[in-house]
Amino acid sequence: MPMAREIEFREALREAMSEEMRSDPRVFLMGEEVAQYHGAYKVSKGMLEEFGPRRIIDTPISESGFAGMGIGATMLGLRPIVEFMSWSFSLVAADQIMNNAPKILYMSGGQFGCPIVFRGNDGAGGQLGSTHSWCVESLYANVPGLKMIIPSDPYDAKGLLKSAIRDENPVFCLESERLLSIKGDVPEEEYVIPIGEAVIRRPGTDCTLVGFGRTVYFCEQAAEELAKEGIECEILDMRSIRPLDLDAIVTSVRKTNYCVVVDQSWSFASIGSEVAAEVHKACFDDLDNHVHRVHNDDVPAPYSHDLEQEMLPHARKICEAVRSATYNA
Amino acid sequence: MSTTTTPNLKAHEVPIPELDVLKSWLLDMLRIREFEVRAMQAYQNKLAGGFLHVYNGQEAVAVGCIAAMRHTDPVITAYRDHGHALARGLDPKIGFAELFGRIDGCAKGKGGSMHFFDRDNHMFGGHGIVGAQCPLGTGLAFATKYNDEVINGGKSDSVTACFLGDGALNQGSVHEAMNLAAIFDLPIIFCVENNRYAMGTAIDRCTASGDQITNRAVAFDMEARTIRGMDVIEVYREMTEIVEWVRSESRPYFLDIDTYRFKGHSMSDPRKYRTHEEEVEFEANDPIDKLSRYLTSSKLMAEEDIKAMSKSVRSEIREAVAWAKQSPVPDVSELHHDVYADVWGPFTGTSLPRYMLEKRSGEGGDADGA
Repeated sequence: MPMAREIEFREALREAMSEEMRSDPRVFLMGEEVAQYHGAYKVSKGMLEEFGPRRIIDTPISESGFAGMGIGATMLGLRPIVEFMSWSFSLVAADQIMNNAPKILYMSGGQFGCPIVFRGNDGAGGQLGSTHSWCVESLYANVPGLKMIIPSDPYDAKGLLKSAIRDENPVFCLESERLLSIKGDVPEEEYVIPIGEAVIRRPGTDCTLVGFGRTVYFCEQAAEELAKEGIECEILDMRSIRPLDLDAIVTSVRKTNYCVVVDQSWSFASIGSEVAAEVHKACFDDLDNHVHRVHNDDVPAPYSHDLEQEMLPHARKICEAVRSATYNA
Repeated sequence: MSTTTTPNLKAHEVPIPELDVLKSWLLDMLRIREFEVRAMQAYQNKLAGGFLHVYNGQEAVAVGCIAAMRHTDPVITAYRDHGHALARGLDPKIGFAELFGRIDGCAKGKGGSMHFFDRDNHMFGGHGIVGAQCPLGTGLAFATKYNDEVINGGKSDSVTACFLGDGALNQGSVHEAMNLAAIFDLPIIFCVENNRYAMGTAIDRCTASGDQITNRAVAFDMEARTIRGMDVIEVYREMTEIVEWVRSESRPYFLDIDTYRFKGHSMSDPRKYRTHEEEVEFEANDPIDKLSRYLTSSKLMAEEDIKAMSKSVRSEIREAVAWAKQSPVPDVSELHHDVYADVWGPFTGTSLPRYMLEKRSGEGGDADGA
C-alpha cells in the first residue's frame, strides 16, 4: 500500500525541490531569504542545512539581477529554481522573465533553451495592498515560450513542481500565500504530475466551474451552496495554464452545457476571457448560455479587510454567476 | 591613461605575440570592417531589415579582448554584436544569412542583427535590450564557477567577458549584475565599450561621473582600469593581465575601454549630435591602420602583403554575401519551431541551426558540447 501522509503545501513544495536537488546537482535554489532565513514563508526551511550555501543561495533584493543570473546560468546547463518572495516583485524583473527566459530558444534559433523555474506567492495575501497583491497569471500567460502551473493542493504542488524542475522550458509556478499552510495527503513514494492536465475536483451534471489555484476553493464553497438549490456543479481544477487542458473543459461542458470561469486576475484580456473564447469556439452548439466569468473586481487591491474580501472572485459571486447562467435550464 | 587600482598587474610585461598572431588580428579586424561595410550596403538594398548597428571603429576591442581569452571562456554582448561573433569564429556567411533572415543564419533568421548566438564558439548572444545581457553574463560566470567547483569539485577556471556600452551604465540591471558579481565572487569582466555616446546622447549629458566611469566600480568593491581601445595590441596586453587575474582570483573586474563608433548608432542616425571635426579626429585613430602601420614600420609585413590580405578579405566577404543570398528564407513551418523545447499544441519542438547540425554530422557524431 502506498504510504500517504498529511503535509502542508509549503512542505510539499520543499520536498519537490529537495528531491530534485538530491538527484540532479545542476539544480539549485536562489532568491531573497531562501537560505539563512529559511524562506520568507518557510518554504525552503532546512534546505540550507542539507544542501549548503552553494546550492541554497540568498540573493540581494535585486529581482532583475538574480532572475537574469538564473537565466544566464541555464545557457551553461544549470537548472535554477528562482524564488520570488512574491510574484508582485517579479514586475521589476519583467524584462528578464518575459524578454529573455521565454524567447532565448527562439532568438538563438534553437541553440539555447532555458530550463528554469520561477516560483513564489501570487494573488491577494492578507491585506497587503495593491502593490503586493498581484495576480500575474493573465499578464504572463500571454507570453509564448513559457509554461505556467498554478497548483491548488499539496499533492499537485509537489508533483507539478517536480515536473517543472525537469522541464526543458521556463516554468512559472504560482503559489498562493493563503494556501501554504493547508494540509493534504501526499504519498511517500516519488511521483510527478504532467504539466498541462486538468483534474475534476467535484463531479457534477449541471454547470462546469473552471478554476485554478485558490479559486478552486471558492468554487467548492459555491458548489456546496448551489447543491442545496439542486444545482450540481462540476469543478475543474486546471492546474496548468500553459499548456491549458482545453479538452478537459470541452468534455465537461458538452456534458453540463453551462460554463462559469473563475479567475482571480482582472477580467480584461485575461485567462478567464481566453477560456471563454475557446469554449465558445469549441462548444458553440453545446452551450445553453454564454460562458460567464467571475474575476477579481476591476480595481487595485484595497487594504481594508472587508473591501479586499469583496474584491476576490468569492463564492457568492460564483453562485450568482451560476444562477444567472443556468436560469434557463 | 591607465587608472588601475589593481596591484601587481603589469600589462607592459605581456609579450607582444608573434607575427602569425598579429596577422590573424589584422585579418579579423579587416573581416569585421568589410562585413559591416557589406552589411550597410545590404541594408540599403533592403536585403537586411530591422535595426542595424555596425561596429566600424571598435574592432580592436572585440579582437583584442577575445584574443586574450580561452576559446571556451564565455562571451556575451549587446546588440552591436557582429564584431564579437566574428572575432569568436562565426563564419561570415552564417552572419549574413542571419542578417538576410535566411534559414542558414545562426538563429535561422529568427534573431537578426542584434541576436548573433554561436554556441560552438561560446558566444552567448547578441542581446537587444540595453544592459539586459549583464545579469545573463553574471549567470554565465556563476555557472562556470558552479560547474567547476560544486559539480566537478575543482577550482573555478573560466572567465566570462560581458561587453556593454557606456549607455548601459545607467540601467538598473547593470548595477544589479555588478553587485551580484561582487558578492558572489564571480569571474567576470564587465568590458565597457566606451564610445562616448548612448545612441545620440553624449556621455556627459547622461552619465554622472561620465569622465571617470571606473568610479562606479569602487561602489561594488571591484577592480577597474581604463584602457585605450583603438590599439589592438594594447587592448590585448591589458586584457591578458586582467583575464589572468580574474581567473586566479575569481573576482569581477570593470574595464573601461576608450573607443569610438565611426558610424552612427544605427542606420537611421544623421549624427547631428557630434561634429564632423570630432569624427575626423577619431578616424585618424583607425585601429586597422594602427596595426597596419605597426606591422609595416616594424618591417613585419610589407604594404603589398597588407593590401593582398585586404583584397582577399573583400573577396571572402563578397562570396559570403553571395552564399547568404542564395540561402532559402525559412519555411513557414519554422514559425512554430524553437518556441518550446517539446512538442505540444501548434509547437513543433526545437533543433539546432543547420550549420551546427552539418558540423556535427561532418564529425560523424552527435557531440553536442555547450
